[in-house]
Amino acid sequence: MTADGAPPLEVHDLTVSYRRKPVLYGIDLEVPRGSLTGIIGPNGAGKSTFVKAITGILPLDTGWVKIFGGSYRENCRRVGYVPQRESVDWDFPVNVMDVVLMGRYGRLRIGERPGRADREIAGTCLEKVGMLPFADRQIGNLSGGQQQRVFLARALAQESDLYLMDEPFAGVDASTEEAIMHILHELRAAGKTLLVVHHDLSTVRDYFDRLILLNMRLVATGATEEVFTPELLQATYGGRLTILSEVVEALGAR
Amino acid sequence: MRITRKSVLLLALALFVSEAEAARIGELVDWSFGERALRFFTFTDPAMRWALAGSMLLGVCCGLMGSFLVVRRLALMGDALAHAVLPGVALGFLWNMSKDPIAIFVGAVAAGLLGAATVQLLRSTTRHGEDAALGFVLSSFFGAGVCLLTMIQNLPGASKAGLGAFLFGQAAALGPGDVALLGAVALGAALVLGVFFKEFLVASFDEGFARSAGLPVRFFQYSLMLLLSFAIVSSLQAVGVVLVSAMLVIPAAAAQLLTDRLGKMVWLSALLGMGAGAAGSFFSYAGRGLPTGPLMVLSAAVVFFGALILAPRHGILVRFWRRRSGAARMGRENTLKAVYHVLEEGGFASGAVSVADVAMRRGESPEAIEREFASLHRAGLGITTVGRLALTPEGWQRACEIVRNHRLWELYLTNAASLAPDHVHEDADKIEHILGEETVRHLEKRLNYARQDPHGKAIPGLRDMMPGTGNSGMGGVK
Repeated sequence: MTADGAPPLEVHDLTVSYRRKPVLYGIDLEVPRGSLTGIIGPNGAGKSTFVKAITGILPLDTGWVKIFGGSYRENCRRVGYVPQRESVDWDFPVNVMDVVLMGRYGRLRIGERPGRADREIAGTCLEKVGMLPFADRQIGNLSGGQQQRVFLARALAQESDLYLMDEPFAGVDASTEEAIMHILHELRAAGKTLLVVHHDLSTVRDYFDRLILLNMRLVATGATEEVFTPELLQATYGGRLTILSEVVEALGAR
Repeated sequence: MRITRKSVLLLALALFVSEAEAARIGELVDWSFGERALRFFTFTDPAMRWALAGSMLLGVCCGLMGSFLVVRRLALMGDALAHAVLPGVALGFLWNMSKDPIAIFVGAVAAGLLGAATVQLLRSTTRHGEDAALGFVLSSFFGAGVCLLTMIQNLPGASKAGLGAFLFGQAAALGPGDVALLGAVALGAALVLGVFFKEFLVASFDEGFARSAGLPVRFFQYSLMLLLSFAIVSSLQAVGVVLVSAMLVIPAAAAQLLTDRLGKMVWLSALLGMGAGAAGSFFSYAGRGLPTGPLMVLSAAVVFFGALILAPRHGILVRFWRRRSGAARMGRENTLKAVYHVLEEGGFASGAVSVADVAMRRGESPEAIEREFASLHRAGLGITTVGRLALTPEGWQRACEIVRNHRLWELYLTNAASLAPDHVHEDADKIEHILGEETVRHLEKRLNYARQDPHGKAIPGLRDMMPGTGNSGMGGVK
């Protein structure tokens, strides 16, 4: 572990490619402790890629990522991750409890089975998201909102300090959105740091205290009231950077 | 897996012995099916014993590894891998011009892994999807394998007996060496899967999450592929290149119909595979030298269809039963509704209805209505006396609920969805049966606890539904 003064997330000159096509260019940023940060940008802006690059799922072309001052590998136990709901096969033969218990796997040794204490923690997390009555259900027999709650419960079971969430509000019902937001606020109050990929601009101002505006490169980052401006949104969403995207097309066609 | 020199010799020796025995068994053809069955179940033939043991172990190997293929939707990968090992088998034979099981094993595994790597390479460097890559590897490797095998057949002086069995399998030619190999692979696979089950589970279900949690996902993916190729290669002798993927996929698919959890599915699949192996070797033995591989696969297919029909939660029978009992419930509820309507028309003056009134109301024959009344009686929702039916408190409550659901839904559609009142009746006829308690509460709130439906009829309220108020007649409805 490293000094506690280090920021939860520090990214320097991060460039990531997908099939040789650069998706993110030279991202530099730092996320302060205890903040609830939204990552916004148009489709294909690299929001998911950004999160996956931080968690070590995708390899970096250049740059580095520091988690609490150390490498991701060193501090992966301090990171909780909620992938996009579409990233898994919901017909997979596991029940809700099995999935939430996966949140404990990172804390267990290789080959070690989750024990009683892990089950208790998983049960508490399920209760927090209101899914405990569904613990025995096969995950395919859940609504979209319930599936998202299960993913959130799994991340809660990781008992981390930094949470990365990829579109947790995509395709969920209003009451689930409310419940998730409530939990995010609780986590922030407990001093956790949260990064949330988000697509609904109408709720941005209410939900997040900081923003990362992304469109292949970092457009802006800072407190919501400072960067959630028409000019910066125009820069993020309004048209692509023509030369940059042309070069990228050329690279992809090579 | 470490194999000592001594065991190598033993395996090679065993193979020769088994071949000699197989040849001898092949000549014993003048028994009837019954006699052969008897000999099978008394384990009289030594060669048959090896064949049976080998087939069952094969079922275990393939069942264990197949479950992971099926849940990861990689069934085609198993097929491609199985075909890709064929050139390795031939090269293993050419290594010292004999059917040395170790050389063949090593060659086959190497060819299989090369095939898997080729699939990966094609996927990551070209625009083609996995299906095209698998198709390419499957057919080209298999083609190369068939050519090499034909070349070997034409070579002078080589003892190439039994090499053809790698195509379609010949369990009768299994010897102690093959059985030992199958046993070792089955045991190894069971151990590795048992110890690292949690890692295989999370890496199969959610690779990205597993990686983010710091697990060495790639290592476990590769070990799974390696174990899979071990299972395939050790099964070749008995079931053949062409059909081994069926033994990987079918028992696992059947097991998935029977359970919703991976752990249970894995051992069920191994069990079903073992059963299919035993059945295959029995029919092969009793059927006078019919090929074991196809029979094993057919047995597995029968098991699969059995599971498809009889599975407790996903089976066809259960689903059929559920639909039927659902239809019966809807029928009862429709009768209850008609009874309510008849009572309502009479101003709830009488507590009972006649068959004739309800028959007219529903537009059905009196006989049909009598049957419906009897069904309500059996369900404890009504009491029938000669030609008349009185609702029990439970029946009254259910009738109120249904009418309430119907009228609330009509009102909701006319108010919230602004449909015309004459458009909503049929829709409500369907919805009334499936509205849950919670939805009804929402509807009430949304409609400000309305008391009248769009046609001006009263919506029975909660008070009317209290058991005991029904048979008294008025029930508090205006």
